[in-house]
Parts: sequence; C-alpha cells; structure tokens
Amino acid sequence: MTEPAATLLSARGLTRTYPGVRALDGVDLTLRAGEIHALLGENGAGKSTLINLLTGAQPIEAGSIHLDGREVRPRSPADAAASGIVAVYQEITLLPNLSVAENIYLGREPTRFGLVDRARMRREAAILLSRFGLSIDPAQPLSAFSTAVQQLIAIARAVDMSARVLILDEPTASLDSAEVAVLFRLMRELAASGMAVLFVTHFLDQVYEVTHRITVLRGGKLVGERKTAALPRLDLVAMMLGKLPSGDNHLQRHAAREPGAPFVTVKDLGKRHLVAPFSAGIRRGEVLGVAGLLGSGRTETALLLFGAERADAGEIIVDGAAVTLRGPRDAIRLGFGFCPEDRKLDGIVPDLSIRENIVLALQARLGWVRRLPLARQRELADTYIKLLNIRTPDAEKPIQLLSGGNQQKALLARWLATKPRLLILDEPTRGIDVGAHAEIILLLEKLRDEGMALYVISSEVEEVAAYADRVMVMRERRQAGMLTGEEVTPSAIIDAIVTPVDMPPPGRAA
Amino acid sequence: MSGWFMEARSRLALLALVLLANVLVAPGFLELRLVDGRLFGGIIDILNRGAPVMLLAVGMAPVIATRGIDLSVGAVMAIAGAVAAATVNAGHAWPVAVMAALGTGLACGLWNGVLVTIFRMQPIVATLILMVAGRGIAQMITEGRVLTFTDDGLAGVSSASLLGLPLPVLIALAAAIITGLLVRATALGLFIEAVGTSPRAARLAGVPAPGILIGVYVWSGLMAALAGLIAAADIRGADANNAGLWLELDAILAVVIGGTSLYGGRFSIGLSVLGALILQGMRTCILRSGLPPELNLLLMALVIALVLVVQSPACQPAIARLTARLTRKGTA
Repeated sequence: MTEPAATLLSARGLTRTYPGVRALDGVDLTLRAGEIHALLGENGAGKSTLINLLTGAQPIEAGSIHLDGREVRPRSPADAAASGIVAVYQEITLLPNLSVAENIYLGREPTRFGLVDRARMRREAAILLSRFGLSIDPAQPLSAFSTAVQQLIAIARAVDMSARVLILDEPTASLDSAEVAVLFRLMRELAASGMAVLFVTHFLDQVYEVTHRITVLRGGKLVGERKTAALPRLDLVAMMLGKLPSGDNHLQRHAAREPGAPFVTVKDLGKRHLVAPFSAGIRRGEVLGVAGLLGSGRTETALLLFGAERADAGEIIVDGAAVTLRGPRDAIRLGFGFCPEDRKLDGIVPDLSIRENIVLALQARLGWVRRLPLARQRELADTYIKLLNIRTPDAEKPIQLLSGGNQQKALLARWLATKPRLLILDEPTRGIDVGAHAEIILLLEKLRDEGMALYVISSEVEEVAAYADRVMVMRERRQAGMLTGEEVTPSAIIDAIVTPVDMPPPGRAA
Repeated sequence: MSGWFMEARSRLALLALVLLANVLVAPGFLELRLVDGRLFGGIIDILNRGAPVMLLAVGMAPVIATRGIDLSVGAVMAIAGAVAAATVNAGHAWPVAVMAALGTGLACGLWNGVLVTIFRMQPIVATLILMVAGRGIAQMITEGRVLTFTDDGLAGVSSASLLGLPLPVLIALAAAIITGLLVRATALGLFIEAVGTSPRAARLAGVPAPGILIGVYVWSGLMAALAGLIAAADIRGADANNAGLWLELDAILAVVIGGTSLYGGRFSIGLSVLGALILQGMRTCILRSGLPPELNLLLMALVIALVLVVQSPACQPAIARLTARLTRKGTA
C-alpha cells in the first residue's frame, strides 16, 4: 500500500443535534486522495449522521466541509453528488424494475432531439460496466442480478457521476467472500485513480484487509484517526468500546455477594442463521453482562431468550423446569421483560401517552377484559415517573415528545410495573444524555440488589465490567467466552472479543 | 380527555354548520312532528338515512386504527341482505333470517381477518377480494334479480319505531354505544391503538396482536351485516347489485373526518359516528337545495377536501396559533 498523498476532503467540527441528544458533536474527518478510509463505531456512534451531513441528506448545524480546498455545503444528495461526494448504501437505492442502463443514467439520461437516446444509453452503460469488469447486458432489469452485481452497478453509477469521494455504507453485509474480493479489487482501483473511498463496515477483518486509515466514532464524538497498519486490533476494539487507557479500575467494581438461587438456565440455545448455540445461567440478584461488537449475535441471544425469535435448538430452564417460548407472551408469563435496542421502532408506541406506554405490558398480561381502572393507571404512571425521575409535566403527554433518556426510563417503567423476575436489556444506555445514563446504571444496580435477575447487553465495556457479575462474550454469532468474578475486567472483555474463535461462523461454510 | 373534547368540538361545529345549511335551504328542517307514535322531521331523516353508514363507520374505525382497511363492507351488506331475504322466502321466521344474516357477516369478517392476520395479506388487497367476490356471492343467492319479500317482521327492521325513533337509528346508536364500551371499558382500545401505531413494540410488550386483528375485522363484518339488514328491509328486497354500493368509501371518509389517521393509531367511535352524520347532513342538504344532482358529488368532494386539508399536519400549526389567539382574546 502506497502512502496516500494530498488531503481531498476535510470536515471540521461537524455537529448535529436531535431533540434531547447530540448525534454528532464536533467531529473531524480527513480523507486523502488515493486512500481507503474506514469509518468505525457501534450503533449510535454517529456514523450514519456523519454520512448524512457529508451527502447533504441532513443540514449541517455547525462545522464545515472542504473538498479540494473549496468549502462545500451540500443541501441535498444531488447537490453533494454534483460536487463529487456520492454514497452507496447497503440497501441498494436503485430501482429494481428498471434496466441496468436506465438505473445508471437515471436523472441524467443522454438525449437526442429531446428524447431519451436508449441505444446510446445502453452502449455507454456497457462500456462503463466493462471498466468495472462486468460483462452484463445493460438492457436487463436490475432485479435480474445478484446483490453483489447490483452493488457494483450502484458504484459504477456513482463513479460515472464524477465522484471524488465515494462513501460505501456496509457494502459487504450481504456479499459472499468471492464477491467481497471483487468489490475490494474495485475499491483499490478507484483509490489508485485518485479517489477517496470511505468504507463503513462492522467487519474488522475487512478493515485490516483493505483500508489505509481508520476513523473511530463513539457516542457522537471523534475518538481518533489512526493508520490501519499501526493500530493493533485490541486497541481498535478498545477505541470502539470506550475502554479508557488509564487501566481497569476506573469504575468501582461492586463488592462480591453471595450468589442467589439459580433462576434461568440456558442450555445450547440457538437458531440456524441467527446465532450458534450458547449456554448461560442467570441467578437472582445477579447481572449477566453480554459483550460483543455490532453483528456479533449479542442482540440475537436476547431475542431467543425472550421468545421474540423461536429457537430451533437447546432449552431454557426456569426454576428447574424446562419451558418452551412460542412468543414474547410466553416469556412475559414467566416473569421476563425486554427493553429492545431500537427504542423508537421496537420499544415505544409513539402516539400513545406516557401513562399508556407504562401500563401496556402489565395490561397485556392481565388481558383485554380486566382493564386497569384509569385511576390505577394514573397511580402507576405517577409512581414510576417519580421513582425513575422521568422529566415530564404530566403522564398524558405523548411519549414521543420525551428525550431518549426519558423514553428509556418509561420503557423500564413499563416492565417494572409487571414486577419482572428477569429483565433483559439491550443497550439500555445508548443514545441518551449523561444524566439519564448515570440514573439508569444506578437503577440497574438497585434492581440487582433487590434480587432481580438482569441480562444486560452493552457495548460500554467499562460499565459492564463495573456492574456485571459475569460477562458472556459474543463473537461472529457464537459464544466466545464467559468471564466470571475477578476475570471481569474491560481488558479481559476486549481480549475475548478480539481473540478469534477456531470454528467458522454458522450459516456460512459447510 | 381534554384532547377528545377539543376534537369533538370541531366536529360538532362542523355538524352544526351543515345543519344550518339545511335550515337555509329548507326552512322547516328543524320541525319535529309526531305521527302515529313516530317522529318525523329533518333531523330524524338524517339520523335514519345515515344509520347504515354510521354502522359501517363504527365497524371501520377500529380496523383503520390497526393500520388496516375494510373495503368489503358494502359487499357484505349485499350478502347479508340476500341471505336474510332468501331465509324468509324459504319459510323461516324473521328472527331466524336476522340471525342468519348476522352469522354471515361474522363469517365474512373472519375471512378478512384470517387473510390479513394469518396469511399476512395487505388489508387493502385482502378485503378487495371480498369486495369483488361478495357481490357475485350475493347475486348467486338472489339468482340475479331483486329478491323481494313480504315478511313484515323483517321489513320492520327498517320501518318499526320505538320511543318515537325509527329502529335503524336505535340500532346504529346501540351499536355505537356497545362498541364504544367494548373498546374503552376494556383494554381493547389501548391494544388496538398500540398494534396500529407500532406492531413490533406491541408484540414485544405482550399484546395479543393476532387476536386483536382478527377481532376488528369480525366486528366490521358484523356491523356491515346489520347495515345490510336495514338496507334490505328498507326496500323489502335484496338488491345484490346496489345494496351498499360504494358505502365502504363513505364509511372510510366518516372515520377520517372523525380524526382517525389511515396510518393507524388513535381512534374514536363517537367521532366516527359524528363523521357519518356530517356526511349524511351534507348529502341531505344538497338533495333538498334543488341543485342539479350532478353537482352533489362535486360539492361533497370539495367540502371533504376542505375538512381534510384543515386537519392536515401542514395546516395544524396555523390553526393552533389562531385558536390560541382567539382563546387569549376570549379570556382577556
């Protein structure tokens, strides 16, 4: 790999705020001509927001973008494309029912006497595609080709629109290894021709295979930019997961306690193409932490444990008896509760009031006939609003008007109202403000001390190491380790995340 | 609660406007006369003629709240009417005919509900099937003609009266009250709104979504069968081609005027009934005004467009500002 030369794109201090949360906070990004640059970070780190600002999909609140030394301020993706910044997304944003040629020249068709010159369009498309090593008939509909080919066509379109900066958002997520190799060769050729390629992915192997430099974001802030060759994988994961360089005793680890009675035991629970069989035991009064990178299968373990996905292998034993979960209702009947990772889509019911959101799970468990009287609903809502310090003038406000942190507290209240025995939390502190963050951690510790069993998925390793009794580490959709007692340190967690497992990931080879 | 009253107020104001327009075109509109123990007059007329659409709207509102739609209600009216007529003509007593028609409505609703819930069809397509096939089924029952009947009991569904009010009005009001209680005195309303707003969140919170979905379509089928009985009793015959024709659209409009979004979520049975009455009031007004009938549809469309534009998110901030200014003046 040759050392890339001059700076092509320079973004400084990019900032973007959503109600209640700063999605991007003064982030810098430098792309040099001829380089492939990885943009890394967990969900909610600000990657998508950064791309949206670069491509003009969202307006810039503060900060600047310079391309070739000239300031650009894209007002729309079309505007950004005109100045040379184009993004290609994981979900192909082309039109499957149109022909390949029509897709490539959509919105800028070659015309003859004011009419679209189809023959010329097909001819030029064929020439363009052959440059990308694709010998396909441009008259065929796009849907006739595999995802990989569609991806290449999308890139061809972007390059033909005289892109200088090509942003690839998770381009390899649905490609097999041969297709990935083709894509990487193309990326290298494009970089060699003087473009800059910004490569967003969660596959670290691919980052080390193809990129020159890495920019890491976390919680909307820039963690740092490094040369790929000079950044050990361990350090990279530490940057992504926010382990502090100061050592392992940054947060006070809670005192060891007598282990409670075993409550839920998971034995070889798994589902093909979702997550390989994993085993874990959760005791009352204990936090089982689950660590792993994005796409490691950490969320999938929760979906199986809550019955949101049906397992096809293994068993769940509750209080000594094997149970079958046909859906979330079965899990709720056993006293399980689940706060999902995607709060907006899977958690809150936006139109309904805070009160209705809080009583929803309890009411669902009581059934439709035994409606909680309004007075009782108000009482429950007010109790939890006070207990969890949910900042709202009253319980009748639509929940969507609350900030992220307060929404999360309301979701916790929804489950606490059902008096759960096991609470499953997927990234309970993601994307919420600092104050609410600390309050939620304190609450989890309080619930644990009161004897509740907690299953907490988190990418905040420092935090997990502080409050978890044991930590299950996931990697490549399988269990990569279980840390207990004194082993639970941020360094050990990151070690386990990085150390390769000797088996192939499920659903791929053999 | 205050939100509901705000919404109800604007609908009531609209209804009052429509009634005022009726008074202007027909000065005797508000008069009530008691003839043979039955009330007559403009208001009674609107309630009576509006009864079928009120019933359909009562069934449609929960369906729309789940982010669904039921296009088949007009066709289900035709089937239910045909079943009732065929049953009395086969020599059965009228209560048997009524039960048969209601059972048919339940079965039609179950069919829709199963297609939407178990087979995951888009509601608009699933109910389109019965909308098209339903009239065919009704025609098969009536053998392609208007199946008239002479049974006074069945005809009484439309012509009888109680406490001075026509039976259709009482049926529609009773259905509205029972449905309102069913959704608000239980947790059904909350579940329907949760499923309609965010199906995934509702499922993860343990809401029994499949049962709710099938239930709303079954209820809509039942309401359509009631409306079909009234329509058949009205003409003492089952007209497979015309009974309930296009009424599904009136019902959808009534629900939308009642403030329920086609994207699901919040709904109100009472406001949907008001919506149906507003529609019927406009129709009566245009008919009585003596304007050329071809203007009717155009005027209706204009008024409805106006109502919906006023309700649209684009207009809401301006209206909120206006209301705030008016109330400030009012209190000052």
